[in-house]
Amino acid sequence: MSTDKTLTPPPHTEPVVFTRDMLDWLPWLEPMAEADMTEHHIKSLVDATRVKSPYFRLLARDPDVLEARTRTDKDIFYNPEAGLPRAERELAAAATSRLNGCIYCASVHARFAATYSKRVDDVQRLLDEGVEAKLDERWEAIVAASVALTALPMTFGKHHVERLRKVGLDDAAIADLVGAASFFNWANRLMLSLGVPATQPK
Amino acid sequence: MTDVIDSLVGIAPGSKLDAIRGQRSEARTHAQASYTSLFEPKDLGGVSADERHAIASFVAGLHGEPKTDAFYAAKLPAALRTAIATEVAAARITGPYGHFPKGPLSVEDAPGPTWKVSDAGRATLGPRLAAAFEHTHMLVFHPRDSSAASLQSLLDAGWSTNDIVTVSQLVSFLSYQIRVVAGLGVLASTL
Repeated sequence: MSTDKTLTPPPHTEPVVFTRDMLDWLPWLEPMAEADMTEHHIKSLVDATRVKSPYFRLLARDPDVLEARTRTDKDIFYNPEAGLPRAERELAAAATSRLNGCIYCASVHARFAATYSKRVDDVQRLLDEGVEAKLDERWEAIVAASVALTALPMTFGKHHVERLRKVGLDDAAIADLVGAASFFNWANRLMLSLGVPATQPK
Repeated sequence: MTDVIDSLVGIAPGSKLDAIRGQRSEARTHAQASYTSLFEPKDLGGVSADERHAIASFVAGLHGEPKTDAFYAAKLPAALRTAIATEVAAARITGPYGHFPKGPLSVEDAPGPTWKVSDAGRATLGPRLAAAFEHTHMLVFHPRDSSAASLQSLLDAGWSTNDIVTVSQLVSFLSYQIRVVAGLGVLASTL
């Protein structure tokens, strides 16, 4: 049977607001069947548990790119050495996803931002009100820089860097912010264009 | 080979920014590996080298990044370069725009055009690249308007499911690479 066709997802409820709830994701193209995956495909997942994810099994159709993408992602977000605190890397990811409109990506990274910062209300305000939400000067500077890197034409400039320095970010932290916001311009486009989010059954 | 991001930003070995990128050496290595696996893969599969560079050049053009555009366009035949430049000039717009799922977010809907390749462009690009460019424009400027129908247009133009994954990665990776280059370029100018 040809896999060169689009899929009609099973009956589901699409989330209509930005949320910190866990969501599902349903592909519009056929993910690889587990049985068809070679060692090369499995290795490209980096985390073996991702074999259960239709998103990663779909991306495994181009395994070398998937593996490089995933290792880039992990270092930008998980490397604990210096730079921007994890909570604020996640904030940049959530703000970028909010602006681009990726409800699935925003849900994951808003959860992480809330967990690591303990600022649940501020994170939820970003989801509810969008990238203009009142947070505090440091978070607003991080969100504004993420927006300036995401919107086209890009407007990220020296004044963004100066504002970030004033709220305490050093050069390594600013480079992390650039990495996190830029990476979500990659991730959002894959997640948005290859399938659709769905609320999880209660 | 030379690290493409370092080269496009102009990061010299031993500079401050070189040291900062060095603190995220895995990200640096694998951003480069992403480039290599998209543009110099072991197996091109169903997406030719020209198609890969044409899509990358179009994405860079849409972002208004002449240096990155020139980097990818340099690998293309002149006729294709000219056709891409003409399409870019007609296609550039502000973003992101698009629709949200119907509901409370509908007040944030920002409608905008579904861009189409010109007839002359289609003649030079051919049906496959023309369909890929139309999909690319959506991914760059209004990704939240994505739909299964948009993927169907790619299938109808002769792209396989595997090819579509590669094309999606190309556009999405470029969306990352261009922003890292722009962001680090601004940071470098302040060091």
